Amino acid sequence: MHLLPAHTKIAALLCFVLVVVATPAQATWAFAVYAALLVVAVRASGVPFGYMGRRMVVEVPFVLFAVLMPFVAAGPRVHWGPLSLSEPGLLGARGLLVKGTLGVVASLLLASTTEPSDVVAGLDRLRLPHQLVEIMSFMVRYLEVVTGELARMKVARESRGFRPRSLGSWPVLASTAGALFIRSYERGERIHLAMVSRGYTGRLPVAHPLSASVAQWRLAATVPAAALVTFLVAVSR
Amino acid sequence: MTDPVLDVRGLAYAYPDGHQALFGVDLHVHHGERVALLGPNGAGKTTLVLHLNGILTPGAGTVEVSGLPVRPENLREVRRRVGVVFQDPDDQLFMPTVRADVEFGPANLGLRGAELERRVVSSLERVGMSDYVDRPPHHLSFGQRRRVAVATVLAMEPEILVLDEPSSNLDPASRRELADIIRSLDVTVLMVTHDLPYAYELCPRSVVLSDGVVVADGPTREVLVDDALMKAHRLELPFGFDPRTVPAP
Ligand SMILES: Nc1ncnc2c1ncn2[C@@H]1O[C@H](COP(=O)(O)OP(=O)(O)OP(=O)(O)O)[C@@H](O)[C@H]1O
Ligand SMILES: [Mg+2]
Repeated sequence: MHLLPAHTKIAALLCFVLVVVATPAQATWAFAVYAALLVVAVRASGVPFGYMGRRMVVEVPFVLFAVLMPFVAAGPRVHWGPLSLSEPGLLGARGLLVKGTLGVVASLLLASTTEPSDVVAGLDRLRLPHQLVEIMSFMVRYLEVVTGELARMKVARESRGFRPRSLGSWPVLASTAGALFIRSYERGERIHLAMVSRGYTGRLPVAHPLSASVAQWRLAATVPAAALVTFLVAVSR
Repeated sequence: MTDPVLDVRGLAYAYPDGHQALFGVDLHVHHGERVALLGPNGAGKTTLVLHLNGILTPGAGTVEVSGLPVRPENLREVRRRVGVVFQDPDDQLFMPTVRADVEFGPANLGLRGAELERRVVSSLERVGMSDYVDRPPHHLSFGQRRRVAVATVLAMEPEILVLDEPSSNLDPASRRELADIIRSLDVTVLMVTHDLPYAYELCPRSVVLSDGVVVADGPTREVLVDDALMKAHRLELPFGFDPRTVPAP
């Protein structure tokens, strides 16, 4: 799976997520099939389950939101011990959790089998507007530079005895953020100069167009195709 | 006599905020020369460099590269001929892999396929970084990034290589390795530097810029032993280095 061209994987992910989202929440067994498909795909990719599990923390905000839904949603209520829960809220929460988890696992699978720079190249191949793709490719590259800068500023602060404890430390943190912004901005300008010096005219050259064979497309399509069949069966019943 | 590779005449420039950085600079560099551009902080060296490939537009005076005036309609060719290596390699390296970064310049010139690959391979070879072609630049050491930055410019096969403080932040071994690389290239070099022993080692000729004017231009050794000149323009030899006793390179 690591070897599939990035754009086939992105297309597969997109189709899979669309199918999952479109599936009515009552079709429990369909979600079970989707989950099984993902398990097989993760297995086949060789990404350790533990690694995927740890990266699932990105889902925490969704989970919190889902947990809140039954309390705050309107509609008929069910009573469960001392709690009064909204019935549509419960259903909605379940749907959100199930669909969210499937989407997150599928995206993580893409993320763990593809270099960020390849994801960007894949998006370009899928004809995303090139300005967007360029912004993203710089973000990927410069995240490292900016976080490095931030880390150095933190070290510099703390070497001079700063402890971000009390409210009094807020102005310091705010000015750090300001300095980081200015530094990043100026760096951006210098980078632009360096690019222009090497003949940049506003469009990144595509030196190696990505291409995928029919077999590779077919392989990438297996999971979403299986999901689509499941979906069709679920809605036609 | 042939056109100088670099021909700067009466160049003056003021930044948009009104600060005048250059007051009529004249500089000629001939084919195959290696020239050091010396001068204290704030002398206008970087400002001068930014005129050589048309990033800044002269307020007065002209810049010509092998006979081609630096004007908006010639910028593409000028930037092919003049390769600028900036001081901070993090500014120069902005692509996800070393290969993509080295390709960037020649691909902008329209090269593709085998010729593009040849440029990548040969320029990385010349700086001894062939083994790193698929690595992301931000995982390399500073010295390695500096060398890749040089390769990104060599890949455009420039007529003149302009280096802004090439030896800054390098450890002594990397500094010497870079010197070996620069010496091995058969291109014309203009090197901005505060590292006077480095200038002495690599460049037979030096030009001193101070407060936006050229105040000296001659054999590097003669410039460095002129105590009055050096003192007047805030140039100091590092402790223990005396060009009078060091054998000529
Ligand atoms: N963007 C700018 N706007 C206004 N003034 C500037 C700008 N960049 C540089 N200057 C001023 O122009 C003068 C020349 O600067 P320049 O960067 O060319 O010096 P330098 O010789 O490269 O110095 P250093 O050795 O410190 O790199 C300085 O006085 C500087 O303050
Ligand atoms: Mg400078």
